[in-house]
Amino acid sequence: MNERISVKRAVYEENDRRAAVLHQGFAAKDVFVVNILGGPGAGKTSSLKQIIARLKGRPVSVIEGDIASDIDTQALRALGIDAYQIETGGDCHLNAPMMEAIVARMDIKPGSWLFIENIGNLVCPAEFVIGEDIKLLVSSTAEGADKPYKYPAAFQRAAAVILTKKDIAPYVHFDEAYFRAGVRALNPSAPVFLVDALSGDGFDEVASWLSGLRT
Amino acid sequence: MHEASVTEALVKLALEEALSRDALRVTAIGLVVGETTGYMGESLEFYFRNFSKGTILEGASLNIAYVKPKIKCPNCSLVFERKKFTFECPACGTPGEMTGIGNEFYIDTMDIETGER
Ligand SMILES: Nc1nc2c(ncn2[C@@H]2O[C@H](COP(=O)(O)OP(=O)(O)O)[C@@H](O)[C@H]2O)c(=O)[nH]1
Ligand SMILES: [Mg+2]
Ligand SMILES: [Zn+2]
Repeated sequence: MNERISVKRAVYEENDRRAAVLHQGFAAKDVFVVNILGGPGAGKTSSLKQIIARLKGRPVSVIEGDIASDIDTQALRALGIDAYQIETGGDCHLNAPMMEAIVARMDIKPGSWLFIENIGNLVCPAEFVIGEDIKLLVSSTAEGADKPYKYPAAFQRAAAVILTKKDIAPYVHFDEAYFRAGVRALNPSAPVFLVDALSGDGFDEVASWLSGLRT
Repeated sequence: MHEASVTEALVKLALEEALSRDALRVTAIGLVVGETTGYMGESLEFYFRNFSKGTILEGASLNIAYVKPKIKCPNCSLVFERKKFTFECPACGTPGEMTGIGNEFYIDTMDIETGER
């Protein structure tokens, strides 16, 4: 017998379910989880260092997603940051099963911050929840002002946008108004923080915004 | 490359659904793909052919219905289809807001064969 059945099930269903369990586990320990998205070289790791330097009082741990290297993890550990590595071996985003595996071998302190640097791309990391409280999107002036228009899903789901490479914006003819208009349309409530992740300019605002989320 | 792992998830979900319905074979999958996902149909089909090999999904056609992102103007309430590189309302020029239409990624229907082998 042949028949057409109605299914109406999201492809991400299983991932969403497992991510929800992860999130419950984090919430039970009062761990606030930030999933950092952005293209390769956008300034995710540099921004993370600036943010962590400004978050006082609570322990911090970091999960670094990378396709095949642990350079960023080593660099963070050298700064005394409790960093762990997920090598996806080719997968272009982190997912809930990968998170389950790494969380099982981490010692995440109650009340802490957990930052996760996702794989550098703006397509599927936007679609896979991994137990986070918020997504933070890092985009750089060097990538151009059209990023919100090209990758709407990532911008729609971000709680805030960190716009890095403020220092070189004039040299790359960055059209800030066009960028902000795109973010506004996709995500009216998300603040945009224009920063320089090398000097740290602008990160006091990022850190106080983040801290304000959990008081 | 982004399509590889989502197609793996798609195949897994379709197999789970097919088994729960006692399907012997699946001949077609109706998939709804919102265009804000950025997924390419050609790639989804390519990976689907690969990942479905040797399963009851092998040979099934993947029928993709694309959904264009819809934007709503907060000023004049016009709902309009998104054009490349702008979110502005074509009627009044106000920057529009996303409606959520265009974010879909789900299996809508499956054509299955059941009964005696
Ligand atoms: N001039 C400038 N360079 C930056 C800034 N943020 C990051 N970079 C540089 O951009 C490159 C990529 O940064 P990184 O943080 O590794 O990016 P990730 O791949 O997103 O983690 C590095 O060479 C950084 O030094 C910035 O605000 N200004
Ligand atoms: Mg990095
Ligand atoms: Zn209008």
